[in-house]
Amino acid sequence: MVDVSSATRGDLRLTRITKTYGDFTAVDDLSLTIPEGSFFALLGPSGCGKTTTLRMIAGLEEPTVGSIHLGTTDITTKRPYQRPINTVFQNYALFPHLTIFENIAFGLRRRGIKDVDADVNKVLDLVELPHLAQRKPTQLSGGQQQRIALARAIVNRPALLLLDEPLGALDLKLRRQMQIELKWIQREVGLTFVHVTHDQEEAMTMADTIAVMNEGGIEQMGSPADLYDNPKTAFVANFLGQSNLIKGRIEGTDGDNLVVDLFGQKISMPKSRSHAVDSSIYAGIRPEKFRISLVGTPTRGNVLTGGHIEEVSYIGVSTQYQVAMPWGQELMVFEQNDDGVPPFDKGDQVVISWEPNFTFALRGDEDVEAGTEVAPDDLDEDE
Amino acid sequence: MSSILSKVKLPYLLLLPGFLFLFTFFILPIVNLAQTSTQTPIANGDTGQYEQTFRFANYIDAFIENREQFARSFIFAICATLLALAIAYPLAYAIAFKSGRFKNILLVLIIAPFFTSFLLRTVAWKQILGEEGFVVPPLRTLGIISESTTLTSTSFAVVIGMTYNFLPFMTLPLYASLERIDPRTMEASGDLYANGLTTFRRVTLPLSMPGVVAGTLLTFIPAAGDYVNAAILGNPNSKMLGNVIESRYFRIVDYPTAAALSFTLMAAILILVTLYIRKAGTEELV
Ligand SMILES: Nc1ncnc2c1ncn2[C@@H]1O[C@H](COP(=O)(O)OP(=O)(O)O)[C@@H](O)[C@H]1O
Ligand SMILES: [Mg+2]
Repeated sequence: MVDVSSATRGDLRLTRITKTYGDFTAVDDLSLTIPEGSFFALLGPSGCGKTTTLRMIAGLEEPTVGSIHLGTTDITTKRPYQRPINTVFQNYALFPHLTIFENIAFGLRRRGIKDVDADVNKVLDLVELPHLAQRKPTQLSGGQQQRIALARAIVNRPALLLLDEPLGALDLKLRRQMQIELKWIQREVGLTFVHVTHDQEEAMTMADTIAVMNEGGIEQMGSPADLYDNPKTAFVANFLGQSNLIKGRIEGTDGDNLVVDLFGQKISMPKSRSHAVDSSIYAGIRPEKFRISLVGTPTRGNVLTGGHIEEVSYIGVSTQYQVAMPWGQELMVFEQNDDGVPPFDKGDQVVISWEPNFTFALRGDEDVEAGTEVAPDDLDEDE
Repeated sequence: MSSILSKVKLPYLLLLPGFLFLFTFFILPIVNLAQTSTQTPIANGDTGQYEQTFRFANYIDAFIENREQFARSFIFAICATLLALAIAYPLAYAIAFKSGRFKNILLVLIIAPFFTSFLLRTVAWKQILGEEGFVVPPLRTLGIISESTTLTSTSFAVVIGMTYNFLPFMTLPLYASLERIDPRTMEASGDLYANGLTTFRRVTLPLSMPGVVAGTLLTFIPAAGDYVNAAILGNPNSKMLGNVIESRYFRIVDYPTAAALSFTLMAAILILVTLYIRKAGTEELV
């Protein structure tokens, strides 16, 4: 029925996709290219349009506006069964009336392949469940069903494999284990994986490229390190880990660096990491990039003075400090506990310093709270 | 000790009312019917006076004499069941998957006919299919049926009447089993290269089989024993076994033949249903 082995291969391109339900816009003018062979993560909070985007790629929804190309083929209006794309559904959606073997063989049989045994057994080995071939899906645990759903999709060797929060229902330990296995399987089979998740840690550990989604659009796309070290918006800065965002003003340039004034104290940062449009900015520094020292001890790099320790939380591998600054903001600092007991106490007068290269700059009109709230239905899935 | 004893006895106590009821109104009449079926008329007695002679040949005589009505009962019942299935499946499918917020209203409409009597509704069909109804004149005008063809007093009308009367018994179990299907399994089937028709054949239909089996049984069993539709909508040549039993019992007061026919019908239905369930293989279904 569908020749998935050749022809329609290549990068997946979404061009200016919009999807509306009534007068509600679920996906808003979204453009995206997913390179062939990559492990691509679509990351964003609940309700931002990830599933809708995935369903349009799978052909289960049609975009209101825009086009989808796979390689050079326009697949925008193709039916799901005409696309060389398979999905691992959020709830697995295994066929309850068929054995595990027949579940996995389903796609092969529909494509007219007679001898399915070898292929099915191979993927059963891959997901390490060959002994369950003759069981029914209801006789399997959640984690096992999840692997079968994966096996049922990859046995077809699709040009594109879509995974919609496939690990959402698993407990933390199994989730971490499956993350590693999924990554390994992707390398093993060499298919393009598009992995949807709202868990930033999951996206960071698994993906080559992450697209951060917010309110129906792509906020920023890049490698995990790229997004983490050089976020373009407050939403990305806050959604991927934590950030200290300090209101400031660009005073001038010094070679490849910008000179920035933060409440009367001068710091410098690389020009290349500024996304500002005018002189009003937010300077961003990740909490683990800060160093704390007592007043009077030597410092290097950028320095902010006048702070005192407001709060100390001992986490084990690290200690988290809240440092109150003279302008009323509390900065977050993570210090590794690689030298014994926490050296600072509540109330200590301290100086904060960091390497100028670790600074990024956002536009001064950003909403600094964007991406910090956790949606109520995500709470139970958080660590 | 006494509390343990009462714990053991409690389930039996709960069963007692049901058992007494069934014993009085099912077991006793059945036994009585079985006795009657082998009786013969008392020599020189009045009509309706019978004595027990264990004449099992009653069964053979009754069957041979009424084999035509026997066959008709099953043929009509099978036709009505298949017709009801053909109508009810798309209906139940649409209610389960496509009706959106109208789902509850549609379900009420399915059972709405039960608010009026079965007999009345069957009589209404006589009017609908009658010479003056709104079906026959247009069909005549369009030349689909000839001027001399009538729809009432035909086998066709009997089958249509039964189809109509048993339709809710087909629709509701079908709806119940279709509604239980996770629509995402159908999406998954499409995702795995099955087109609409294949998805129906490989996923939807197998998953709705419990409903198909329940619905066809709930239609076929009462239809095979029905006599109201044949009496109201049929003619002398479309009589079913139910009509024969009725007339033997109430008009001719030939109790043994009526009883023998009843048992034969029951046995035939039981055998057919057993074979059917075996074939449909319900134990394989979820
Ligand atoms: N069929 C639909 N009808 C109306 N609104 C929908 C439909 N599907 C999704 N939405 C809405 O679109 C938004 C995005 O949904 P979804 O793509 O499922 O988000 P995510 O997967 O990122 O959590 C949500 O606000 C959701 O309520
Ligand atoms: Mg989702």
